[in-house]
Amino acid sequence: MSPHAGPLYGSLPPSGEGAPDLPGRGADLPWGGPAAGRLSTPPPIVEISGLWSGFSAGGVETLIHKDLNLSIAQGELLSIVGGSGSGKTVLLRQILGLETPMRGSITVLGRPAEELTRAGAASRVGMLFQHGALYSAFTVLENIAFPLRELKVLPEDLVRDAVMVKLQMVGLDPAHALKMPADLSGGMIKRVALARALIMDPPLLLLDEPTAGLDPDRSDAFCALVRSLHRELGLTVVMVTHDLDTIYEISTRVAVVADKHVIVDAPPREVIAFDHPFVRDFFLGGRGLRAMELLRLHPQDV
Amino acid sequence: MSDTQPRVAFEQLADGLHARLSGLWTAENLAEPEHWDALHAELGKLSKEWRNWQWDLRAMDRMDHLGAQLLWNAWRRQWPDHLQVHPGQRAMLERVAQFSSVLLPRRPQTAWGMFLRLGAVVARVEEHVVGAVRLLGQLLLDAIKLASAPRAGPWRDVSGHLYGVGATALPITALVGFLIGVVLAYLMMQQLRQFGADAFIVNILGVALIRELGPVLAAILIAGRSGSAITAQIGVMRVTEELDAMKVMGIPKGFRLVLPRAMAMAVAMPLLAVWTTLAALLGGMLASDLVMGLTPAYFVTALAKAVQVSNLWLAVGKSTVFGLMIALISCHYGLRIKPNTQSLGEGTTASVVTSITMVIVVDALFAVVFKDVGI
Repeated sequence: MSPHAGPLYGSLPPSGEGAPDLPGRGADLPWGGPAAGRLSTPPPIVEISGLWSGFSAGGVETLIHKDLNLSIAQGELLSIVGGSGSGKTVLLRQILGLETPMRGSITVLGRPAEELTRAGAASRVGMLFQHGALYSAFTVLENIAFPLRELKVLPEDLVRDAVMVKLQMVGLDPAHALKMPADLSGGMIKRVALARALIMDPPLLLLDEPTAGLDPDRSDAFCALVRSLHRELGLTVVMVTHDLDTIYEISTRVAVVADKHVIVDAPPREVIAFDHPFVRDFFLGGRGLRAMELLRLHPQDV
Repeated sequence: MSDTQPRVAFEQLADGLHARLSGLWTAENLAEPEHWDALHAELGKLSKEWRNWQWDLRAMDRMDHLGAQLLWNAWRRQWPDHLQVHPGQRAMLERVAQFSSVLLPRRPQTAWGMFLRLGAVVARVEEHVVGAVRLLGQLLLDAIKLASAPRAGPWRDVSGHLYGVGATALPITALVGFLIGVVLAYLMMQQLRQFGADAFIVNILGVALIRELGPVLAAILIAGRSGSAITAQIGVMRVTEELDAMKVMGIPKGFRLVLPRAMAMAVAMPLLAVWTTLAALLGGMLASDLVMGLTPAYFVTALAKAVQVSNLWLAVGKSTVFGLMIALISCHYGLRIKPNTQSLGEGTTASVVTSITMVIVVDALFAVVFKDVGI
């Protein structure tokens, strides 16, 4: 993911100060990615162990997760898959520290998940909510700039430049910067929300149903965008989705949540081969077989 | 901490000045006030020859887009001639260079623009007036429709709103009315005692509370309590597209949303006014008994002589108008809310302010028009 093997650009003076001579520290760092350091196997970005969660509605206790374990390594593009009501979104919210599990521990970037929402969270994790969750009283520019402006230190022109870069990175025209969220289409809202999630270049990006409600063309474009951002910024991406195309298109690993825990957690090809009723219905039903064509089109290139 | 501080170090070597960048050039780290101040001062000092210097970014711990942006702006949005970077850094700088060349479209302030804004204000006022008239007319048509086919009316809604607007407001209106009665009685007694006209407290309280304060107090409380609720309810229905869903099903919103609320308000408001007046009179009566020894029996008999019944009819009639008005204003603002949270807040505020203002304006009109009735 960090393309450091390539030649150095720029007009290098032949002074013997090229990259190879530098202490190893710089060379194996994923630029723009998390500062994982020199460890040969970096610690997992997200570590969930022994998770139990549930809720009570109308006096009836419902258990959603029972002894769920999941570990997400740096640089992965993980899709969390499961039937409706299997607690995928709850899992995502627990990773974000928005909900507290009944039992078990969730560690995100080496710290307990509950601490994630403290000040400065925008630089640790970016979240794309299913419906964007843009602040409807702010313009697009103010929405994306919000985490930066909250730092209260950076000058306005720098913030504006940074916003315009992010806006165009997610493929939006600069002319949209002064619009209100109410004036945007669904696809544009998702892009703006992604730009906002990325404004501080967080190492971890969570996506909740990123392509739901987008037309096929838009969702392909969105997948391509996430892939390129993943490649260029060295992001770790965790997404919850029902969309098989999206799963095949961008995930390096798929975790299937069924029977209240992760039944299988492997690259897409291996997941399809896993023998479980849910996996069979989900991946090998009519829609699944059609979507699997994508696996042939995109062989292992993520 | 000092380890990660973003720095620019300058060093004069044989082949020119070297600028070596180090530290953590990320948004969060740069925004530490002391880091920012130091670095900003450092970058601000760049002399005109900066392009000829040897820029070396390879010792940086990490750079994100904001750091790259800062550097690019310090370079006055140009590439230096001699630059040593990692490919990842270069990619980031190139992206920043590519995208930050775009300037935000600015709308210049012109006289024509201001003229157009004035026009927009006038158009908005006109829109309000037209909307209000249309709502009133629609209510009239719906009332006729209801009268011609009473069985098809939204009676369940009416009774629900009657409970929400009326029954649940009983405690708060009683409390406020009672306390106002006590306060008025105490104040008046101080004055009346100076003239030895203690017994006239019944006349003053009777006329003031029954004719004016009871209906107005109740109307203001209900405008704040139920008016805001109606606006927010209808506004949220707009935000969540429920209004559109109703329209698609062919259910007229005037008949199902506005009419039941207006009817419930028109019925509940006079009842609440009477209830508030009774509570206020009770407060005044108790205060008179405690302070001046006017017995409740005397208070009641004197009240019947002091206040003509026409005052009560006037109060009830006035309250019905207040109730209708509050319902219409709240619905008007509720239906105008746009699907965003700010509009919801603004609409609710405007609805309550307008309702209360209109209650007082209309009350003044009543006072002028009916100045010969009941006094």
